[in-house]
Amino acid sequence: MNTVADPRLALAATELPVADDFPILARPVHGRRLAYLDNGATTQKPTAVIEAEARFYRESNANIHRGVHWLSQHATELYDAARATVQRFIGAARADEIIFTRGTTEAINLVANTWGRKQLTAGDEILITTLEHHSNIVPWQMLCEQTGAVLKVAPVNEIGEVELDGFDALLSPRTRLVAITHISNALGSINPVAEMVEHAHAVGAVVLVDGAQAVAHQAVDMQALGCDFYAFSGHKLYGPTGIGVLYGRAELLADMPPWQGGGDMIRTVSFERSTYAEAPQRFEAGTPNIAGAVALAAAIDYVQALGMDRIVAHEHALLAHATAALSAIPGLRMVGTAAHKAGILSFMIEHIHPHDLGTILDSEGVAIRAGHHCAMPLMTRFGIPGTARASLAVYNNETDIAALVSAIDKAQTLFGTRKPA
Amino acid sequence: MSAMDGNLRELYQEVIFDHNRQPRNFHDMPEADHHADGHNPLCGDQLTVYLRINNDVIEDVSFVGHGCAISTASASLMTEAVKGKTVAEVEALFKDFHALLTDTPPERDFGKLAVLTGVREFPARVKCATLAWHTLHNALIGDHTPAHTE
Repeated sequence: MNTVADPRLALAATELPVADDFPILARPVHGRRLAYLDNGATTQKPTAVIEAEARFYRESNANIHRGVHWLSQHATELYDAARATVQRFIGAARADEIIFTRGTTEAINLVANTWGRKQLTAGDEILITTLEHHSNIVPWQMLCEQTGAVLKVAPVNEIGEVELDGFDALLSPRTRLVAITHISNALGSINPVAEMVEHAHAVGAVVLVDGAQAVAHQAVDMQALGCDFYAFSGHKLYGPTGIGVLYGRAELLADMPPWQGGGDMIRTVSFERSTYAEAPQRFEAGTPNIAGAVALAAAIDYVQALGMDRIVAHEHALLAHATAALSAIPGLRMVGTAAHKAGILSFMIEHIHPHDLGTILDSEGVAIRAGHHCAMPLMTRFGIPGTARASLAVYNNETDIAALVSAIDKAQTLFGTRKPA
Repeated sequence: MSAMDGNLRELYQEVIFDHNRQPRNFHDMPEADHHADGHNPLCGDQLTVYLRINNDVIEDVSFVGHGCAISTASASLMTEAVKGKTVAEVEALFKDFHALLTDTPPERDFGKLAVLTGVREFPARVKCATLAWHTLHNALIGDHTPAHTE
């Protein structure tokens, strides 16, 4: 992270001219310029995405897979094209390995309720890490209650990295599933997923990766990662809420029972018995979020037009700059300083609770997240109730970081805890 | 000074800072005859309220836990406000205090509790200011499931 000699020079060189693409960024908050630094929660949407969703309803709206009429065929083509766009984006071998869900949470629950309920029995083990978001903990706890499987948790070190020795020590022939985050939403730590997948496969375990924080911030390739399942949300990738993706390897999907029953997921239905469609339709019961899928494809097109290499370079330079700027504040302590880190800055300010800080920053137009970030066990690991978290995206720049630093100064002044630098 | 800055100073008054830095009645109470836990799952604030009640009068009250300045100061101010009052008076005060933060408050002297009026302008923080009161209420009615504000 500190390999760049002069972060500010690097920063100027990597800045992306995208602010005008995001109409909401022009909206003042409490009379101030909005510095939106809550991208880990959700990203803002470019005009291209807003227009794609609106255009679908204006020009293409019909239900899919059922009409013989022209509009229905047109909508079906757009929906299928969105699936193909996702397939190319994450390097899946086949389009039918892409299942549209409501988001990461639903994608993980789908695996727990189909693959998990069929495959796991008492005494089997599920291995997760201390970094996980509640959505990659709770579905597995529920599955353990249903099947008698046992949840194991790999430890993290003081700087927020998974301890690979500890991870390996918990792998055994009893390990049937490994469920790990790609990038920690609370700390930004990037897990060495390919290596962890290799170790998990060596004991015969299936691997699910929670990619919610990863897909917008680095290139993600299913063949390079080698994982069996990969879950992510559209809304953290500049797309709309209510649409997400579960990637599953075709052999695994073929053997998985359906989860929700209904229209679109069947082959034949009689009152005696029904037969089910192949993947992905088997897992997409009911009318899906067609407009959301189309808009997600527009978001992927937007990201690819910017270029993932440029996005990574910019966010990395901004992270280095922001880390240096925050670290210079007396009384500020960074939480999570992994060697491999994405654009997430979690921190504590001496004598100021993260929620008080969040309110004061908000009064300056600076939007951050304060709290446990849906990772309560991780906060417990560090012995803290929560942190303040600034999380970066393509449109953030030096001005946003300056606003953050100045708002922290205001909070310390108000609380009477400001110390000379 | 912007309107927002004015609201912020209303919220973070000196009394709040004082009670946050040095909360009153901030200790556990082995001889308590009533107690309850409170938890705000969304922000992680956690506290336990202890009571000693004699003849329907709150003889002693204390709390332990952790939370933001608003939640800590509110718990501290609450302990001062309820000591010596009857259970019925305390329940009535809770109702009026809640109205003070969220609704049309009744005409009454809130004493030092009035410094929390600034929370009205910050709907997201009402739960911080009321957690201790919900917990106190649970302690009074003998509800041992953790209190929350949602």
